[in-house]
Amino acid sequence: MFSKRSPWQVLLLLALLLAGPRAAAIVHAQQPQPPKAAQDEFVPINELPPDEKLPAARMLIAAYAVAWIVVAGYLFSIWRRLDRVEHEIADASRRIQQRGPR
Amino acid sequence: MARLFPALLVLVAALFAYAPVMIANAPFESTMGLVQKIFYFHVPSWFVMFSGAFICAWGSVLYLFKGSKDADRYAVTGAELAVVFGLIGLITGPLWARKAWGVWWEWDVKLTLALIVWLTFVAYLLLRRYGGPGADKLAAGVGIFGAANIPFVYYSVNWWRTMHPKTTVVPSLGPGMRGAFWYCVLAFMLLMVLIVMARVRLQRQRAQLDELYLSLED
Repeated sequence: MFSKRSPWQVLLLLALLLAGPRAAAIVHAQQPQPPKAAQDEFVPINELPPDEKLPAARMLIAAYAVAWIVVAGYLFSIWRRLDRVEHEIADASRRIQQRGPR
Repeated sequence: MARLFPALLVLVAALFAYAPVMIANAPFESTMGLVQKIFYFHVPSWFVMFSGAFICAWGSVLYLFKGSKDADRYAVTGAELAVVFGLIGLITGPLWARKAWGVWWEWDVKLTLALIVWLTFVAYLLLRRYGGPGADKLAAGVGIFGAANIPFVYYSVNWWRTMHPKTTVVPSLGPGMRGAFWYCVLAFMLLMVLIVMARVRLQRQRAQLDELYLSLED
């Protein structure tokens, strides 16, 4: 089975084998890691690195802003659709009246 | 119904205008602090999402078994509500979770099921829009299936071990939190009634327009 493989295939396989663990390490590094303090040491809260201090107010404001924007956008879309249909109804009714009874 | 709409609109606007005061005056939760106040919009948005899903299922059943066109209009409205308010829940939840749990998202049963139900109603709307002839009946089946999943979403926190707070949280709220919470639920539910009225009216207007175009063609 191995003898049928071309040198290019073997090289590609080797490259994949070498690159695989490196790619896995990169992916692992990109995953959010659990806080260190919870596993092997206790860190006082005032010594937390700045990137781990999440301001609650920013999250709260973002959540309420999203809720308002989504609701406002949806209400606006209903209002626009209603407005368009009512215009079309008025237009169609006018055309029927202009045409007169058949 | 037409007379009720402006009065309801004013009431809902007043309720939402005063909601920030109610939320600001509610006490801080002991472990999560300020970020827990997302709860006052997050949970009511899921109330509306679930109600929308049940409206869709009820309308779909009536449409499938009795052929009621008006019930179908309610079904479409319910599905839209489920998608819009589910989207609010799916965005506000991770914003809360990032601070409270340390992660944006966790593939636990509650969150995963909620996402699946939301996607089911997205599928319903896509079917209605692009499914072609006969898609309304197929979509009605999807709507019933989507609503059938709601009890699993709601009770999943009690049946399986998840990070999400349990259903016992709401009945055990303290007086300060309870008032603000039910106030927001009332505001959201009345907003839902308002949207249902407007959206069903839009569907009826479209049906009327179709009839007018047909009579123009004759």
